[in-house]
Amino acid sequence: MSTTFDTVANIISETCDIPRENIKMESHAIDDLGIDSLDFLDIAFAIDKAFGIKLPLEQWTQEVNEGKATTEQYFVLKNLCERIDALKAAKGA
Amino acid sequence: MRIEYFILVDRIRELSIEKGIVVCESHVPEESTIYEGHFPGHPILPGVLLIEAMAQTAGWLILAKTQCQKFPFLSIVHEAKLRDFVTPGTDLVLESKLLHEGSGFVKMQNKVMAGDTLKCSSETTFRVLPFPSPVFKEHLLTHAPRVGFPAEYLQHVQ
Repeated sequence: MSTTFDTVANIISETCDIPRENIKMESHAIDDLGIDSLDFLDIAFAIDKAFGIKLPLEQWTQEVNEGKATTEQYFVLKNLCERIDALKAAKGA
Repeated sequence: MRIEYFILVDRIRELSIEKGIVVCESHVPEESTIYEGHFPGHPILPGVLLIEAMAQTAGWLILAKTQCQKFPFLSIVHEAKLRDFVTPGTDLVLESKLLHEGSGFVKMQNKVMAGDTLKCSSETTFRVLPFPSPVFKEHLLTHAPRVGFPAEYLQHVQ
């Protein structure tokens, strides 16, 4: 888990010029770190490449827009990393 | 290239979803009112139009990948390099390669050649979204065959 978080935090720090020490497991990418949807495209690209996965952003966005999920479920970094780990595991299965 | 209609690609020479590549051709018009300002006595195609031409080239491949169900909106221009002047009358070959297909976005690598000379290059990211207007979709799909867009990618359009 920590390895996934470190990679994601470094990607966010480099992509959005956010000091690495400000990026915590509990940080909400949008509400706490101020990352907008355009910056998140760059982050998603880097995460996809780093982990060899495809973050299902369209599905997540739809679920949030339809009220079936909250942004916290996907964009709090702890939760985001758990989903990345699940996608990695599904890919390796 | 019909600058006044913002049509910057004349013809699709090659389009392969399997290879993730599209190659287009475009002839820079000999005359345009744009040259009156850009620049007097030194007419060249503005760099922003070269970037748009790269985006339009890449867009044809992305359209094909979605079977024309979604449209690629240019969202990020990375590392655009305008390496050399592009003058009126120049024949351009524009090539775009798929770098990454994400969920709802696509990243492309583009270049523009005139003969053996690399004129400009860039990487571009597109948001891939449903057409926001049926009029827009119909207009684009009517235009597509005129530039040689492969008919096989239009077959499933509703």
